[in-house]
Formats: sequence, structure tokens, C-alpha cells
Amino acid sequence: QIQSSIFNQRKAHSPGHVCKNILHVPVSGLLFGPWFLCRNEDLKEMLESNKESLKLEAMKRIVGLIAKGKNASELFPAVVKNVASKNIEDPNQLIRASALRVLSSIRVPIIVPIMMLAIKEAATDLSPYVRKTAAHAIQKLYSLDPDQKEHLIEVIEKLLKDKSTLVAGSVVMAFEEVCPDRIDLIHKNYRKLCNLLVDVEEWGQVVIIHMLTRYARTQFVSPWREDAVFDENSAKAFYDSEEERRVDQSKPYIMDPDHRLLLRNTKPLLQSRNTAVVMAVSQLYWHLAPKHELSIITKSLVRLLRSHREVQYIVLQNIATMSIQRKGMFEPFMKSFYVRSTDATHIKTLKLEILTNLANEANISTILREFQTYVKSQDKAFAAATIQAIGCCATNISEVTDTCLNGLVLLLSNRDETVVAESVVVIKKLLQTQPSQHSDIIKHMAKLFDNITVPMARASILWLMGEYCEHVPKIAPDVLRKMAKTFTDEEDIVKLQIVNLAAKLYLTNSKQTKLLTQYILNLGKYDQNYDIRDRTRFIRQLIVPNEKSGALSKYARRILMAPKPAPVLQSAFKDRDRFQLGTLSHTLNSQASGYLELSDWPAVAPDQSVRNVEVVEPVRLPCIYLQKNGNAVKVESRSESESGSESSSSESSSESGSELDSDSDSGTDQKKNTKPKPVQSKPFDAVSWPVCVSLQASSPVFVPETSHELLHRMTGKGLSAQYRFTRQPCIYGNSMVSLQLTLSNSTDQALENIHISEKSSTGQNIHRFNAIERLEPQASVTVSMGVDFNDSTQAANFQLCTKEDEFSVSIQPAVGELLLPITMSEADFTKEQGKLVGMNESSATITMTPENVSSQSVNRKVVSVANLGVIPSGQENIYRFSGKTVSSGSLVLVSVVLKDPDAVITINTEKTVMGSMLLRQVKTALTNSGP
Amino acid sequence: MIHSLFLINASGDIFLEKHWKSVVSRSVCDYFFEALERATEPENVPPVIPTPHHYLINVLRHRIYFVAVIQSEVPPLFVIEFLHRVVDTFQDYFGVCTEAAIKDNVVVVYELLEEMLDNGFPLATESNILKELIKPPTILRTVVNTITGSTNVGEQLPTGQLSVVPWRRTGVKYTNNEAYFDVVEEIDAIIDKSGSTITAEIQGVIDACVKLTGMPDLTLSFMNPRLLDDVSFHPCVRFKRWEAERILSFIPPDGNFRLLSYHVSSQNLVAIPVYVKHNISFREGSSQGRFELTLGPKQTMGKAVESVLVSSQLPRGVLNANLNPSQGTYTFDPVTKLLSWDVGKINPQKLPSLKGSMSLQTGASKPDENPTINIQFKIQQLAISGLKVNRLDMYGEKYKPFKGIKYMTKAGKFQVRT
Repeated sequence: QIQSSIFNQRKAHSPGHVCKNILHVPVSGLLFGPWFLCRNEDLKEMLESNKESLKLEAMKRIVGLIAKGKNASELFPAVVKNVASKNIEDPNQLIRASALRVLSSIRVPIIVPIMMLAIKEAATDLSPYVRKTAAHAIQKLYSLDPDQKEHLIEVIEKLLKDKSTLVAGSVVMAFEEVCPDRIDLIHKNYRKLCNLLVDVEEWGQVVIIHMLTRYARTQFVSPWREDAVFDENSAKAFYDSEEERRVDQSKPYIMDPDHRLLLRNTKPLLQSRNTAVVMAVSQLYWHLAPKHELSIITKSLVRLLRSHREVQYIVLQNIATMSIQRKGMFEPFMKSFYVRSTDATHIKTLKLEILTNLANEANISTILREFQTYVKSQDKAFAAATIQAIGCCATNISEVTDTCLNGLVLLLSNRDETVVAESVVVIKKLLQTQPSQHSDIIKHMAKLFDNITVPMARASILWLMGEYCEHVPKIAPDVLRKMAKTFTDEEDIVKLQIVNLAAKLYLTNSKQTKLLTQYILNLGKYDQNYDIRDRTRFIRQLIVPNEKSGALSKYARRILMAPKPAPVLQSAFKDRDRFQLGTLSHTLNSQASGYLELSDWPAVAPDQSVRNVEVVEPVRLPCIYLQKNGNAVKVESRSESESGSESSSSESSSESGSELDSDSDSGTDQKKNTKPKPVQSKPFDAVSWPVCVSLQASSPVFVPETSHELLHRMTGKGLSAQYRFTRQPCIYGNSMVSLQLTLSNSTDQALENIHISEKSSTGQNIHRFNAIERLEPQASVTVSMGVDFNDSTQAANFQLCTKEDEFSVSIQPAVGELLLPITMSEADFTKEQGKLVGMNESSATITMTPENVSSQSVNRKVVSVANLGVIPSGQENIYRFSGKTVSSGSLVLVSVVLKDPDAVITINTEKTVMGSMLLRQVKTALTNSGP
Repeated sequence: MIHSLFLINASGDIFLEKHWKSVVSRSVCDYFFEALERATEPENVPPVIPTPHHYLINVLRHRIYFVAVIQSEVPPLFVIEFLHRVVDTFQDYFGVCTEAAIKDNVVVVYELLEEMLDNGFPLATESNILKELIKPPTILRTVVNTITGSTNVGEQLPTGQLSVVPWRRTGVKYTNNEAYFDVVEEIDAIIDKSGSTITAEIQGVIDACVKLTGMPDLTLSFMNPRLLDDVSFHPCVRFKRWEAERILSFIPPDGNFRLLSYHVSSQNLVAIPVYVKHNISFREGSSQGRFELTLGPKQTMGKAVESVLVSSQLPRGVLNANLNPSQGTYTFDPVTKLLSWDVGKINPQKLPSLKGSMSLQTGASKPDENPTINIQFKIQQLAISGLKVNRLDMYGEKYKPFKGIKYMTKAGKFQVRT
């Protein structure tokens, strides 16, 4: 009885039924044939089949069915039988991954133990892609059965140590879902995550950056000056870097190198095409960077404003929050926030908010001029919002209060009611700050009162009259008189203010208004609205003294006429950065479920050494090949990019030319060269996967002095060139062979501008030497260059140019120069050799000349032919040499076994072509006598 | 992260739904419909809508709302960016992203959505990988599938998913090897009443169409890379090389992609290629208004200004417009009050103009505001910032590719206030 709740929900629907519902169109059965063919029996059959592609497709369809909530429980036995048991061990990593995806999508409680096993298994899989799938499955199992938490955390802990960029994003996602509070799991992986970040896929980057932001806030001390004041007007202090430096000196703050590492490694991601990544980095800088470094995120955020409307909305919200605290950041980009008539309303409002935040004494006149255009906008809601914004500017910047007030008063005669109403409300707020100077404005408003119909505006004017009736002693009673006439027709908020006005006038000017007040109070007493009846009763008791009225009426004047503080016009985005920027909670301004609080900086930094990774002896196994069903399944040749060569390796072992293969390899290598490769530069730390391997190049044993002619002086019209192989790792790129070029001028004139033309006739990637401006007669100069031969002995052809001439030249490398020496132990050598057998082995028996038999001589002969490292040997008659190819880093093992008078030379490498060429050369070297 | 996705058309029908975890009832969309009703324009629906148990994050593209259902905290841009990526993928697969196209290809749509997210977390969003997993529909394949009952699911496994260059599929072969690059610049500007520029900036993109065999490694350099102030790259571009040498070095994805978008530094003065002379006036008490508009070229570096389209939202009080274009055609929609004038090419000898009168509601007072004028135009073979590609080199492959670079300048958000 295997059923889960989701299966039940949709059980009633047949697939066709659902399709029709969804589509609202009559569906032709033929067109959707494939969809309907996937009946359970067919799927079962497909699962049983021997063809991988059929199985894969069946599994994809099952995942699809389950995701749509259909009942797939019938398929459960078939899936477990064919997928769980068989495919999880399939030699193809994509099948293994799919199998796990299907298994983990079956949301049936009974499957939990099987799933747990499968996840544990997959988490130690050799394929990073399968491990990625395992990380995804963790979340699925956790939502199915939260009791598995502890076991899952163990798997997460293991996967966090993974060095693959494919896994990093997914496992951090699982971490965030299952155990976000287990910060301790991050310590040891912190530096690795920082270093991998650039190469992680974009979605993973977002998750990792958000997690690291939280992590950093618990581990490092604040980089912000403690005495800094971050109120609205601190922009000046912010820019005053000299002052900042002085303060810094008095109170030295040294940033933790790990803190700096995070900031440095996230910065390039500001250039990402993915807006979520850019936002994630921006919020990281906002929450973690020293304030004076914040400005680098500005441009990127402004760039995002060019993106889709929805992106603009989120980015503007975050800018609004930032701009309250740091106007300086965005002030230079003020014009980017100018409103266009085609913007959506919520975009317009946000831009207005930001412009208001950015306003200061220097730019206010520009902003106000811009606002004037907005007030005339056809979008009346936006015009009203602009008036609010003008009000805000007027209160924030006292210099312009009068200008703004006058402008708003002009708007009172606007034809549009919403505009007028909003102006009245804003003027009311403004007048509260300085009423005495503005009695003429109050008079003006009283004059306009008859034409204003919006209740809120009328109520506001009445309140103003009452509050400042002493400034307009003649007009106020007259307004009350008019109101008494229309009381019954007014809206409730207006009625309340009429009662209010009456009460205030009664207290200040009872002679003129006593009767009017009584009349209004009587009207209010019988009003239909109980609020008004209540208020009337209360006011009457308060202001009209009688026996029953208690002590309160003595204080009536002080209660009603108390000085009232002016309202503070403040931004809706003030203090919104209590939520981490860029989050859903920030957008909603309320805590979303699952929101993880950003902690305050610790006063004292916790132990920094927790992030140190203990250095373990580098694992000396250069390669591990996993034999399954007789096929080479996996080659993990490099520590950080396990993937690249995997898929092609099985082919390359059988391929003779392997031209294509080496091309793709070089491509990935070049890609790596340009990216930071921190993992390689550091000694290896605890290795969780036995597959990680270092092929560290060691220094060459022997560097031949011989140089080869590149250009003869006769053909070169006096310019001659020679090259020699330096046998050193090339500084221009890891897949390049390093060359030294000696150029001499045998003419009697100076040669100018000697360089290599950028046109390369063959495909090799060449790092040219810098052009030599001038070569004096009889002088010579030595320069270095790098050529990526792609592990092939094909000549590199290029043009050597002078100011006048071009000479076609070519460099033909000997196979031995395409190698770099590596060191390993004898045991490792034998182990590796055992794996590179069959196609990968080539050997020959030769008769040695007697003078070559000494160990010194064998060693010298071999290393002069090929750039190999010598492995100290325990046996007297066996010599071993090891190296790797420069471009693809494939292992090359050479052994010479002396069996007097014969010698057996064996070469093991997956680069079979290179192997046989090398064999020929070693053979020649060892049979020839001479030095 | 992303729990479910609903696709809703302009008339408010849910025409497709997809769930990655458990099924969320479509009644959750009622909250969206409420917001839709409140919004005056389709664009005014807030992108994030909270409901008691879920959060709805939506994007509007091609008049279809893509509504994602979220259950807990997630960066909203993460979801928005993903939804846009879904739309881009549909467009890439079906040519257009319309309700009809989605319904016609419903099988492929589900297959795509299934591969793009695993348990709500993005899995394969690179178009090159997706195309290996799921073949884009063609007429031939649709017919074959109908007869044989097979699907679009690829026979081969996508090895690219495992490689360090996930954006490029492996084993690419072409008989004609070509690489085309389009440098497209857009001018965003606000011009005020008097014709002076309030704000103007240039944003550019380089779109590429690369059809090259094997694993080519390209480098693209500029004559004047300093112009580029702020850039964002396709993930294939090597950031370090750009930082050090200002050279774009990359192994390109196969097919169409956006290599780079950039912003031209604001220090440079922006050349404004067109000017507008306008006289739009309403008189108090009269039921007639005057409308006069003349366009002319300005700072076009001798290139022709083409595909000019003028549009303007006239005040609500305008009942009808009776205008006379010197060239092109104009339309006025009395309901939306939208005036649009398809001008075509600007002839500097004979400037295009649109003159005539507008009839206003009788008795209504004169509108306070003057309409803004939006202008679209294109200038071929010109990058208005002066950006120039220096050279394009290919390494790693031996054949000679055909290379082409095209420049174009367009109006972005180009507004003239009157």
C-alpha cells in the first residue's frame, strides 16, 4: 500500500483529462501521441529494456508524471527494481544521476531507507554530477522525512568538502534548507568556497554568496568605524577619506584576511549577466564591506535598471533602502532615476522615493524642477505621490521650505482634485512646522475651501483653521458658519473636523461662536454615525461647563489647544535594512517564513584558526582509473576540473590520432589559465575523495643547450633566429611549451619593430614576445615565448616580421619537449603503470651498446631526449621516468629494464601517438653510442 | 525554492501549470487576480505578492504572466531572473513565446520545465545543454514523433553538463564556419521642452551568432575599449583577460547568445541623432487644439535615420485628432488616446511633419499637461558611441571561419517632453 498524499489529490484525473483541463482546447489524440503512450505498462517495459536511452526516457517521464501529481505508485516496484538496484550502479554517470533523481522524486514514506542509502552512495560517487544530484536529493528526503536530519547533515558535511564547482552550489542549498545554523560545518570549507565561487554556475553563486554573508557576520569584526554617524547627512563624512584615515590610525582596524578574501573574490561577479548574482554581491558588500568600498557596487546596480521591469522593481527597492543611509553612493547617478512616462506606477513611485532620498541643498533645485514636470503627469496617482515627495523635500531641507510651500499653494488652483487634495494635506503638514509665518496661506486655503470637494482635503483645511484660529480670527468663525449649513451633507471625516473646529472656536472666541457651536453639537448628537455622536457627546462635556462635568473641563483648553508636534515625513524605506538586502523579506518589509536573520558583528572575532585547513601530504597518485565492465569509466586527472576530460577519455584511449580530443582539452585548459586557480597553488588539504590527484610538475632534470634554427640569416635578409626549449613550465599558460628565441642582426643597419604577426596560419595558440623596437647591427637579443602545441608534434607556423619584411617560420617540437617532469614514488609508478596497459602501452627490446649500460648514462640519455623526471629506483637494473604532457596533463611513464645485453623500454601513456613516437626516440638514443 | 509555476494569459485564464514539489491548488492564483484587478495597466501588477501561505512572484512577457509560487524566503531576483530565462528558452525553442506556441508545444514545454528545475532549484538553464537533452521541435520531427510515438528527448546524453565549458555542446560540426557579431547601441534620453537634453546615456550589447566547428577559442579586441564603462559578460568570457588586457577571450556557446552588455561612460557627451520641433497647444474655452510636429536629423555622422516611429499618449480630454502627415501613416486610438505615427526614413531635404488639429470635449477645460513624445529609430552601420571592434581571432581550430561585424544604433527609451 504505497500512496502519498500528493498521489491522492490528483488520482481522479486521467492524463488526457488533465491535459484538456489545462489547455482548454480540444486535443487531438494523434498530436499528443507520445504523451499518452506513456501508460504505466509501457513505462514498465521501457524500464526493463536494455537500452540506456529508453530507460532514461522512461525515468524522465516518471519524474514528469510525479511532478504533475499523478499516481505513479504502480510503477514503484519497477522503478526500484530497475532503477534503484541497477541504474544506480550504471557505468554511465548520467544514468546514475537520473536514477537518483527518479528515486528521490517518489514521495512515498516507505522509500526513505532506500533513498537514504542511495544518497549516501551517490555522495561518494566519483562523478561530480552524481554528487550534485545527491545534494539535490538531500532536500527532497528532508522534506519527506525530517527525522532523517542528523543522517543528512552527515552527508552534507561530507559533500561540503567537495572540491567540484558542480557540487558547491547544490550542497550549500541543501545546507541552507536542512541545517543553516550549523555554521561550524562551513569553517573548514570557507576558503575553498570563496575560491571556487567564480567558477560555480550562476544559481549556485547566489546561494553561496547569501550563505557566506551570514557566515561572515558571525565570524569577523565590524569593518565600520564605530564613531561614524550614519544619519542622512553623513555623506560628507563619507567622502572625507582623509579624516577617515586619521581615525583609522588612532584605532587600527585590520581586516581578517579571510574577510578580505570574500570581498575580493566576489567583486568580479558584479560583472555577471545574471541580475540575481549582481544583487547578491551588492548586498554582500552592503553588509560586509568597509563603507568607503561600497561605491563599487553603485554602477552595477544602476546597470540593472536597464533590465526587465520586475528586476527594476526589486533593484530600486534596494537602492531606496541604501540611498537613505548613503546618498553619496547614488547622487552621481541621480538622472538614472528620472521618471519616464512609460514606467509602471510602482517603478515611478520607487524612483520618486529615491530622488527624495537623494535631495540635498546642492541638487534640490534640479530635483524640484524635475518634480514640477511630474506634477503635470497624466497619471494622477503619480502626481499625488510627487506632491508628497515635494513635502518631504521641504521638511528635510529647510532652505527650500518656503519655495516648496509657494509651489504647493499654486497647485491649490489645479484643476485636478487629487492634486489639490494632496497639496492641502501636504501643506497642512508643512504649516505645522511654522504656522505663524503663514497666516496668508491659511487665508488663501480658506478662500479655496468652497471649491474643494475631496473630503480629506476639506478635513485638513478645517483642522488648520481650528488649530491656527488665532492667526485668522476673522475668517475662522465665518468658515464655521458655512459648515453649520452643510454639516449634514458632509463626509464623516469632515464632520469630525467641523465638531473639532467648533470646539476650538468656542474656547477661543465663544462670543461669536457660542450659538453656532451649540447648533453643530446638536446636529452631531443625532448623527447616524456613532463615532460622530460619541465625539459630540465628549466635546460637549469637555467644553460646556455644567454640574456634571468633572474636573476635566477645567483643562479643556489645555487639552484641545495643546501644541502638537509636527508630523515627521519619513521614507517608507527607513530602517528597512533590518532585513538583509536582496531578500524577499526586504521586498515585503515583513519577515517571510524561513528568513534567516543576519547577526550583528561580534565584538571580538571568534577564533580565526578554525578556518585553517590542515596540510596533508599531497596524495601522490597521479591518476585513478576505475575499471568497470572492462571500460575505463573515469579519469580524474585534475583536482578542480574533474569533469572536462572524463567523457572523452574513454574514446581517446581507443583513438589513434586523438587530435580532436586534445583540442577540446586545450580549450578547457586555456579557460582555466585565465581564471584564478587557488586550489592548485596551495598544498592539498584533507582530501575526501580518493580521486583527487596532483600532477605537480617538478623542475627539469636536464636542459639541453642545443638550439635549433628558426630563420637563417640568408633567408631572413640579415635577421637570424634560433630557438631552444627551456623545459620550464611556461609562464604564459599552463598548456604552453616555453621557448627561448635568440634574434640576431647580421646586417649593417638596425632592424626595427621585430615581432610575430598576429596571423597564425596553424591553429596553435601562441604567446608572442613583445615587439622589439630596434635591434642594432651585429647585436642579438633573447626573448621568450610560449606555444600551445596541443600535445602534437605538428609544427607551429607563424610569421616573423620586421618593419619591412615578413618571414614564414616554423617550430617543429620533438615529442620529448612536449612533456613536463613530475615526481612520484616507485610504488605509485608501478600502480599507475598497471592501469595504463593494453592500448596505452608500447614497448620495444633493444640491444644496448656496452657504454650505455651504466645507470648514469641511461638516465642522461633518456632525460636528454625527453623532459622527464627520474624516479629513484630500488632495483639496480630498472630505470623509471615520469612526466605529463604539457597541454592535457596526461601521464607519461617510461621504464627501461636492463637484461644484459638487452633492454626493454616500456612507455605507458594514454596519448598513444606520443607514446610510440617517444619510444622511437628513446630507442635511438639508447642504441647510439656517444655522449 | 520554486514550488510551482502558473502561466496566465491576458484574459486571466490559467493555461498551463507545473509543479516541482507537491501540487499547489490553482486557487492560490486568486490573490494574483485580485492584484490584477486593482492594477490599472497590465504592467502595474506588483511583481511580488504575499498571500497567507505562499508568495507569488510574477513576470509579464509577451502578454503572458509567469507566476511562480514560493513557500519560503528566497532572493526575489533569483526567481525573476529564472522566469525570464524560461521565457528566453521558450523563445529560443519556438521562435515566439505566445500562448498558442506554448499550447502547440506543450510536451516540449513540460520536458523543458522538468529539466530546468530539480526540486525547485535550477538545474540546466544553458540553452546548449537543453538542446542536447530536448531537441527543438521541427515540422519533420513532429511528424515523425506522431507516427513513431517517440518524443523530443535527445538520444544522446548531454556531456556538456559535466564539462568545464557547460555552455557549449560537444561535437559541433558545420560545413560553413561563421561567426557574426552585432554591436547594437541604444540611446536612452529625456529631452525637455526647449530641446535641451536632460539626461542621455548609451547602453550597448554585442549579440553573437557563432556557428563554428569543434572547440574554437575566440578573442575579440576593440579599437577603443576605454569607452566601455561598465560591462557584464556571458559566463564564457574570461574575466581576468578583460581586466588585464581589455580583450574579450572566450570559448563561445554554439548558436545565438549575448556576449556582452555595456554602458558607455557618462563623461562622453552623447550625440542625439534626431531633433523634434513641436507645437502642441490647447486654448482655454476652445474645443480645438493645435498639433504640429516636425522631425529632423542631427548628429547622425552622415548616416540615414530609418524606421522612425513616433508615439504619444494624448491627454484624456482629446476626442479625436485630424492630422496630416507629410510622409508615413498615423493612427489615433480614441479609446486609449494613443497617437502613433509611422514615419519611416527621415529625408534631410524634406523633413517629415505631422500637422493638424485635435478636437476636445466641449465644455471641458483645457488639459493641464502636454503629452510626452516617444521616438523610436534605427541607424544602420553606426555605433553612436564610436565603439569599434579591432579584430577577431580564432585559436584552437584549424579552419578559416567567416567573420562579420555589424553596427547599429537604436533609440532606447527616447522621450521628448513638450
